Amino acid sequence: MTITPSIKKDYLINLAENGKRTDGRKFDEFRKISIETGVISKAEGSARVKIGNTQVISGIKMDIGEPYPDSPESGVMTTAAELIPLASPDFEAGPPRENAIELARVVDRGIRESELIEVDKLCIEPGEKVWMVFIDIHILDFDGNLFDAASLASLAALLTTNVPAERFDLGEDYPLPLKEPPISCTSVKYKDTVVMDPSLDEEEIAEARLTVATDINGHLRAMQKGLNGSFTVDEIKKVIKASIDNGRKIQEQLYKSVGK
Amino acid sequence: MSQEKREIVIPSQLLGDIKNKKAGRGTFVENGKIYAEILGILNKNSNYINVTPLKGRYDPIEKDFVIGIVEEAMSSSWLVDINAAYPALLHVNEVPWDVDFGETERYLNYGDCIMAKVLQVDQEKKLQITLKDRNLYKIKGGQIINVEPSKVPRIIGKKGSMISLLKKYTKCRIFVGQNGRIWVDGEDDGIKKVINTINMIENEALSYGLTNKIEELLKKEAKDVH
Amino acid sequence: MINTEVKLFENGKRIDGRKPDELRKIKIEAGVLHRAEGSCYLEWGGNKVIAAVYGPREAIPRHTQNPLRAIVNARYNMAAFSVDDRKRPGPDRRSREISKVISEALENVILLERFPRASIDVNIEVLDAEAGTRCAGLTAAGVALVDAGIPMKDIPVACAAGKIEDQVVLDLGKDEDNFGNADLPIAISPRTGEVLLLQMDGHLTLAEFDQALDLAIKGCHIVSDIQKKAIMDKYQSTQGGTTQ
Repeated sequence: MTITPSIKKDYLINLAENGKRTDGRKFDEFRKISIETGVISKAEGSARVKIGNTQVISGIKMDIGEPYPDSPESGVMTTAAELIPLASPDFEAGPPRENAIELARVVDRGIRESELIEVDKLCIEPGEKVWMVFIDIHILDFDGNLFDAASLASLAALLTTNVPAERFDLGEDYPLPLKEPPISCTSVKYKDTVVMDPSLDEEEIAEARLTVATDINGHLRAMQKGLNGSFTVDEIKKVIKASIDNGRKIQEQLYKSVGK
Repeated sequence: MSQEKREIVIPSQLLGDIKNKKAGRGTFVENGKIYAEILGILNKNSNYINVTPLKGRYDPIEKDFVIGIVEEAMSSSWLVDINAAYPALLHVNEVPWDVDFGETERYLNYGDCIMAKVLQVDQEKKLQITLKDRNLYKIKGGQIINVEPSKVPRIIGKKGSMISLLKKYTKCRIFVGQNGRIWVDGEDDGIKKVINTINMIENEALSYGLTNKIEELLKKEAKDVH
Repeated sequence: MINTEVKLFENGKRIDGRKPDELRKIKIEAGVLHRAEGSCYLEWGGNKVIAAVYGPREAIPRHTQNPLRAIVNARYNMAAFSVDDRKRPGPDRRSREISKVISEALENVILLERFPRASIDVNIEVLDAEAGTRCAGLTAAGVALVDAGIPMKDIPVACAAGKIEDQVVLDLGKDEDNFGNADLPIAISPRTGEVLLLQMDGHLTLAEFDQALDLAIKGCHIVSDIQKKAIMDKYQSTQGGTTQ
């Protein structure tokens, strides 16, 4: 496992006390984000997102299946994430551990709670057949902030997904029915400093982490606090405000990349 | 001015014959022919054919100065990461302190950085390092930069020319470990400049006139500030 | 599989317009990932694979260590979205077998005795699949190993040949793989011509096998040139000594 030298932690904390980050960013500034869609031909929708050097691919596959008994006229959505050993010397092969599971569930929550996918339009035969949407997140390069990269890749993939109706003899393919996408912004805290879009260095010394997903109206859709440190109420409010601001900017970039 | 082309070779590339030359570092011999075994730069100048690696972990050589990060404190020794294929062992007999059995954690603990020297590399690649030398100690303050070990000679420069330049213009204390770890300490701006300059050297390591180019850049930046 | 629907040959050309001894389009890029010590992105026809190398590093758990040499852990994995019908994440028996034969091929060319007790971890992810993923994966792994600075006596390369409608052809595409009569993926050490990986399924006479093997080896050499060019492109431009 990679060890973080203790002097690195001191260095980052000292810089932060002078209002700086190692790469010169402001505390609430994101690294360069690049979004590329349609990268996997076998998937019904796909996207590759880079935030700094962090790289994630998300692929959407669709199939027909049975609805959940308590929602017989709704489509089904599931999200899975793989922290494949490709992406970091610290990722091990094997079934998803808690990190991967938490990542998948947080991304899932953001998408589900914002009702991004209009699942009531994915019914084929009530109680019998509905469309199932599988979101699979593959981390390729880990350099900090997997939550936001994974979430953004999944959104970009969904926004360019076509329901494969032809393959199942259900008419012509059509775009997956969607509403407004929520944007996730993650911050971490080390000592008394809170920074957004943590680089790998910052994540390695982070004591607490907060992911906030906001929608186009600046409302909250999902939140997750991680790691065993704590946030003050004040810090949380500041993070929410910065997440709303950044969320708006990132949403614009997202729409541009899918041609809206 | 000699503009000798630095030739890059890849594994399995035929480099010569043992009838004419001797097989040196980074090569292997098969049926009397010498081949490259790694991605690197070919050197045919002496009687030997050598290939200097462009990539790869640090290959420890006795007497090298390295920067290590302590992985584990055991009862009478420590395990230290030195960016090699294996961790190195630091025995209590090889430190300047009087360490009682089981008291190792009081002196060096997980995450501590040390300037050490490679003491021994045995046939099984078991590594030992030492802190017993005037110039070696536990590091406090500053920041650590990681570079490809193969780039270290370029960062030091001929007779230390490059590193002297850096120290002069940034007023930072800099120590370059042969294992690709560099320690820097000074003012925030100075440290930033060192990091940026080293990144540039890493990316352009093989271009000619790099030392001059870096000197010009550092001079210009110093002027801009005033 | 008995083929009654798809015609694999039309006027001497294959479904995708290729000649019998023609390879699909291949694109290789070395050093594409930031964290991995060596990496490679490869496109081969409709295949998209990415390979990453970590090591040599001390093998864990300790009981897997070999006191005399390094071990190679190649892990071949297909992404859930890489195939028509979503694949459940995680290694299945097919992936584990492919991982094993690839590990064994790589162990042949890597100078393992240099690193006793260590492991060299090779990760191959198939992001988009279209027949011949194991050849694409091994070929990418070869480049990633060079990019990681691992000492090797050769850069391994793989390619497959097969039989469709009683004709031996090079590099089966999707439908050819599904409806053809035989599939022969191989990997070689291009410098010596030795075979490092060989699998076959289907039905081939001895004469057909000779033909297929010959064709696959020829294919391997063509791909080997593409691998080498990809490595030189990466290192020549940023690191090459060009006169000023």
